[in-house]
Amino acid sequence: MTITATTLKLNLGPQHPSTHGVLRLILELDGEKILSCEPDVGYLHRGMEKMAENMTYIQYLPTVDRIDYLAGCFYSELLCRTVEKALGIELSLRVKAIRVALLELNRISSHLLWIGAFLMDLGAVSPFFYTMRERELILRYFEKLTGQRMMYNYFIFGGVRKDIEHIDDIEEIIKILPEKLDDYEKIITNNPIFLSRTKGKGIIEPHIAINNAITGVNLRASGVNYDVRSNDYLYKNFEFSPVVINEKDAWARYKARILEIKESIKLIKQALEILKKEQSLNQNLINPLTIKLPDGEYYHEIEAPRGMASIYIKSTGLDKPYRLKWRTGSYYSVNFLRSLLVGEYLNDAIAIFGSLDVILPEVDK
Amino acid sequence: MNYLYHLYIEFLSKYGISELFGNITFYIIPFCIVAIALLIVVLVLVLAERKLLGWLTQRKGPNRVGFWGLLQTIADAFKLLIKENITPVKADKFLYNLAPILVFIPVMTIVGIIPYSSEFTFVDTSTNVILYLILAAFPVLSIFMAGWASNNKYSLIGSARAIAQILSYEVPMAFVVLSVIVLAGSMNLKEIILSQSLTHGALDWFCIPCILGFVIMFICTLAELNRCPFDLPEAESELICGYNTEYSGMRFALFYLSEYALLFVSSIFLSIMFLGGYLSPFGFYISHLIFGDTLFANILIYFEQVFWLISKASIIIFLIIWIRATLPRLASFDLLKFSWAYLLPISIFNLLLVVIFKFTTGGTTCFLS
Repeated sequence: MTITATTLKLNLGPQHPSTHGVLRLILELDGEKILSCEPDVGYLHRGMEKMAENMTYIQYLPTVDRIDYLAGCFYSELLCRTVEKALGIELSLRVKAIRVALLELNRISSHLLWIGAFLMDLGAVSPFFYTMRERELILRYFEKLTGQRMMYNYFIFGGVRKDIEHIDDIEEIIKILPEKLDDYEKIITNNPIFLSRTKGKGIIEPHIAINNAITGVNLRASGVNYDVRSNDYLYKNFEFSPVVINEKDAWARYKARILEIKESIKLIKQALEILKKEQSLNQNLINPLTIKLPDGEYYHEIEAPRGMASIYIKSTGLDKPYRLKWRTGSYYSVNFLRSLLVGEYLNDAIAIFGSLDVILPEVDK
Repeated sequence: MNYLYHLYIEFLSKYGISELFGNITFYIIPFCIVAIALLIVVLVLVLAERKLLGWLTQRKGPNRVGFWGLLQTIADAFKLLIKENITPVKADKFLYNLAPILVFIPVMTIVGIIPYSSEFTFVDTSTNVILYLILAAFPVLSIFMAGWASNNKYSLIGSARAIAQILSYEVPMAFVVLSVIVLAGSMNLKEIILSQSLTHGALDWFCIPCILGFVIMFICTLAELNRCPFDLPEAESELICGYNTEYSGMRFALFYLSEYALLFVSSIFLSIMFLGGYLSPFGFYISHLIFGDTLFANILIYFEQVFWLISKASIIIFLIIWIRATLPRLASFDLLKFSWAYLLPISIFNLLLVVIFKFTTGGTTCFLS
């Protein structure tokens, strides 16, 4: 009998606990070393872009939360803002503050879930439950305010559906969170096993990250100071400094998210101060049934938890968009796996994939 | 044991049953008792782990089936019993079916060689320790068998990991066991226990002169049990379920049961080697303290010894569960490096220390005397 060495083709997913049930990575393994990686996406494709062409803007608005069910606010904000820009509607300070507070709360809840899920990918059970506990506070608040835990559908063209309520709950959340973050850091950040799993793993060099269109926390963890919030119209009245870390590895991405939660807490605090000062809502609501975007192309971008998200609308002057495209951060992260995972071992690959914070509905749209 | 034997033969002869029958059955009965006891222990352990993990992760644990969730594991076992056993089409059917049966045999055998109290050992050979070392490494064979026969790539990777893991962690473990053998001057488990019973109670236990060895042995036990942070062969987030991905129903339950049974016997073995086994931590028995030197106290002592052994084992089991709730999983590369680069040299160093200790204290293990 002759033994010939062959490589092993492994279908990682779609039915795999770490690929969220909807991502398929076709890996070629030599032992446990990855020789090539081919991501296969589209298992959760819902035709979000094509769907928009047959819907008026107000019909389309509730569905956009589903693009990223962990951070739905960001996508309704994108669509709302684009329409507002096209129609030349200005937002009052209070509406802006409400939007910032909710966006940042949403970002925190998304990052919290990521911390838990990432540690779960590394094999630690407890942090998942701890972060879910704090995320639950935020979701409860959203449920109180909007009636929904994940698909809020709260922002509307020209403002918000109703004035913000239960501000004490937000104050409570941002009071509790820093202590809890310290707790997580105690059991995670300097854990030697965690360090050995993440330090120096999945290094993304800044120029490679830029060339592969990696954005968001993953880019800033590679030492590139680029945050859309810095010149976003919403954040103009806010003091804000982007979190930039130079380590470039999976650990840096973890640390950056922890720091980003702290940064978000600061933003929420400022937003709450504005909310206390500005008591009148002053919405410039428009009749959603009559929205017709003038002929032309419209674009807006925002810093979503998983990288820069943007929307492109081409309108021919009708009440429905002629073409609508989304740009989501996760899509480029998944595409980047092709080169990032090559040469890594299988269990490092899971850690690296986890560290990119990919969510598949955002990829497949 | 002799006393019980005579009682049993007398009991049988009352009903006219021959001594030969008694001779044969007398040695089978304890095994049956132990087999049932082991099953109960496993059921309790599974519940304990789920409860503890629940409490450590801000949950309540199982609390629906039965009072306080007591019947949860029984319900789960029943569910597994009535589920269909699926055999993959391309699996090696013979090996696939053999592996879960084989995995239980070494565990059951280990149960037989453990001294539960000074009179309660089934198989008392002069080299019990070596027997344990061999048997405890044995389940990995069925793990490999299962992984190979499943014809599943995840299973195959998982079982390959299991083999690499057991190979690297058996070696430091053997060195530690060697140092205990040097301290005790015997390879018999009972004599190892007795050599820890001087007058100072807990201070005479081998975990004091051999503290390094205790830690190494604890880590190696974790690796041998495939427990967190060494649960690579069944790493859920990477390999789905590793070697038992394809198993379902009762076959899966057998793997599950053997894992917990091995957890139990390994922690008992650890407490025998380092924590004085069934000895009381005070240097005297509480039953003697309360009831004096009466016959009742002398019988009660056996139960007290079992109590001490089980409580020591429970502490170790608690530690293992606690670790599972806290630590992430090691990477496979670091796992091997950790064993060969750190544990092995330290265990050899530990052996050297122990030999020097033995030489300077002239055979007594307590440095206070």
